[in-house]
Amino acid sequence: MTKVLAVDDSASMRQMVSFTLKGAGYDVVEAKDGVEALGIAKTTSFNLVITDVNMPNMDGISLIRELRTLPDYKFIPMLMLTTESGTDKKTEGKAAGATGWIVKPFNPDQLLATIKRVIG
Amino acid sequence: MSIDLTQFQQTFFEESLEGLDDMEANLLQLEVGAVDNEQINSIFRAAHSIKGGSATFGFEQIAGFTHVLETLLDEMREGKRDVTSDSVDVLLQSVDILRSMINAIQHESTYDEERAAVIQSRLEIMLQDGMSPATVIPATHGVADVSHAGLGWNISFTPHASMMQTGNDTVRILRELEEFGELNTVVDTNNIPDFDDYIPENSYLSWQLELRTDANKSTIDDVFAWVEDECELTITPIVDIDTIGAVSSPQSESEPATNTDIKPSLTVAQTRESKAKSTKTTETASIRVGIDKVDALINMVGELVITQSMLNQFAEREEVTAAQIEQLKNGLGQLERNTRELQESVMSIRMLPISFIFSRFPRMVHDLSSKLGKQIELIMTGEGTELDKTVMEKIGDPLVHLVRNAIDHGVESPEERAEKGKSAVGKVNLNAYHQGGNIVIEIIDDGAGLDKNRLLNKAREKGLVREDDILSEEQIYQLIFTPGFSTAEIVSDVSGRGVGMDVVNKNIISLGGSIDIESKLEIGTTFRVRLPLTLAILDGQTVKVGDEVYIIPLVSIRESIQIKQDMVRQVGGDMEVFKLRDEYLPIIRLHQVFEIERAVEEFENGLLVVVEGSGRRVGLFVDELLGQQQVVIKSLDTNFKKMAGISGATILGDGSVAIIIDIPGMVNLASIQNRDVKRAIA
Repeated sequence: MTKVLAVDDSASMRQMVSFTLKGAGYDVVEAKDGVEALGIAKTTSFNLVITDVNMPNMDGISLIRELRTLPDYKFIPMLMLTTESGTDKKTEGKAAGATGWIVKPFNPDQLLATIKRVIG
Repeated sequence: MSIDLTQFQQTFFEESLEGLDDMEANLLQLEVGAVDNEQINSIFRAAHSIKGGSATFGFEQIAGFTHVLETLLDEMREGKRDVTSDSVDVLLQSVDILRSMINAIQHESTYDEERAAVIQSRLEIMLQDGMSPATVIPATHGVADVSHAGLGWNISFTPHASMMQTGNDTVRILRELEEFGELNTVVDTNNIPDFDDYIPENSYLSWQLELRTDANKSTIDDVFAWVEDECELTITPIVDIDTIGAVSSPQSESEPATNTDIKPSLTVAQTRESKAKSTKTTETASIRVGIDKVDALINMVGELVITQSMLNQFAEREEVTAAQIEQLKNGLGQLERNTRELQESVMSIRMLPISFIFSRFPRMVHDLSSKLGKQIELIMTGEGTELDKTVMEKIGDPLVHLVRNAIDHGVESPEERAEKGKSAVGKVNLNAYHQGGNIVIEIIDDGAGLDKNRLLNKAREKGLVREDDILSEEQIYQLIFTPGFSTAEIVSDVSGRGVGMDVVNKNIISLGGSIDIESKLEIGTTFRVRLPLTLAILDGQTVKVGDEVYIIPLVSIRESIQIKQDMVRQVGGDMEVFKLRDEYLPIIRLHQVFEIERAVEEFENGLLVVVEGSGRRVGLFVDELLGQQQVVIKSLDTNFKKMAGISGATILGDGSVAIIIDIPGMVNLASIQNRDVKRAIA
């Protein structure tokens, strides 16, 4: 089963992402910030990471940067959830090793379509 | 796949309101001293989350409003904009608007759209004002590229060696392109090094693609959007056959590879009918409970189960030895301990720290003091003091009123304070602590204090007090709780219409609490509110009337005395009064009220319990006092119906039911009786 790590400090976004992915048959683990996500990622391996950018403790970009240093996550797709105003963030995220981004607001269908671009 | 997004709305509302509380608290702290980056960051994050969520869940108005707010905050965060007290003010008002927007959606009501528009335009003006030419957002690039839907596109794509290390994959990109039409691929393998130099993590291939499609260029751009900085990419329209040949020719040395093995294998995930019912956003009262409290509860239930199984073994025995009886007694003792601990623990779940109420005061004081031109420092202590949720809900408004009152009428203007030699900054102190079974909340100001003579004159003017009445200091202060009493010379819109203080007093009394005032002229005033910790348990005095047992709340009892028949006077018909020191108190015979037979009727053989409710005293005549105990209140309203003079019932240790007497209700009964008597005489 495809395992997805969904990281967002907003519980409602996390619920939405998780519900959508579980409905599509993915196995989802949630984390509320970068620190928690990194801890989980070190003990469990995932096929995909979806992370919000603005979060307390550790933001999404730092999370991606940290994850890319781990051998298990060198080629794992990592998507950022970002807002259209965050053009700088896209560039910064790419430099940190992000695979791509999903622009907020998005609906469940858009989310699934985007995910299918990176894992099939 | 249609997923019902409304199921996430309740969570969104809750987290947004929490975010707004944080935002507000941080904004209020911003004023003090230098701006802390982490504070600005967390304010920004809250706005950012609300914006993202509201757009996702379809709340356009909130999204629109927060967008402006977020942009402004982003500039502050990046240091492009100074944090002024003016901007903090607008931001605070924005918090209010967002709160009312969310509440309006949640409760399907309306909010002040006009005010929202005003604040939004203030934010927009502010945004334009501080904008240096450099920060003007350029028009979105690429608008000029009005790509026609022609034959299709020639794409030259050379990934950088490290492209795959960001999780991107050429095969997937090709698959995606193939969805738009007919794709011909030519791969260039020239760059693959010798095996010794080969690094498996790098990509060495480059591609010439011909995509026959009517998709426009931006669609193709989107496919490469994630990798545009990690590859060499050119996309040109297909003109005619010759051009394609020209493009292919430089590749002549390489083996042309077709993409036959790349078939779209994307299976559309099974769409699942969303079974989630269209959950209406009904609000359910919930409380947050610390994990430690829940753990303690589970732990105790565990012990209870052990005790129960221990006691169970006795049920199976036919004969019991003396030693086993001893064991049984121990077991029962343990059961009692478990039960008591469990009760305490369950009660503690309903207990919340008073900071839930206190947290609204910094904002209120900030707004009020700027409105009234006063400088006020708010000091809060004992915010962790816990009290029952029900009490908490009811005490909020009275406390707000008392704090307003302290700021409006208590603390003087800075000029006036300077004249009196006081510091220009007035202090309002909010303090909470436990005392016995009560919580005490003090509202202390260092303002002008209450003027006894002025209060008394005012009361005489209004005919609330007779000219020759002599009142104690405490009684004079209590005058401010009389309906229609206000000494404020100028009625402000903050407080001072004379409605309010009496309502405050009434609310506190209805919670079984009391309020006292201490004041020193020119030094300040202290309002001390005393409340029971919980409404679910009460300290009661059990009394006997005939064969029945009643419970009188201990807080209402002033004294219990034995009187003689000759101390009692009959007033108009059957109304009995007796003189206690200088005051005539009506007597209520409980056996008459509740129609109980075989009760003591002669005053010499019974007892008179003097109780106070709604500020008046009456004597309740009972047979005898039994004892004091804590009782768990069972509501009569929910189990039976509301009865005058009865606040509820409880179950005593022997399993019998005892009625709890509602003292203010009884006092009212007495006054109705009184009035009827007077009317009868008239």
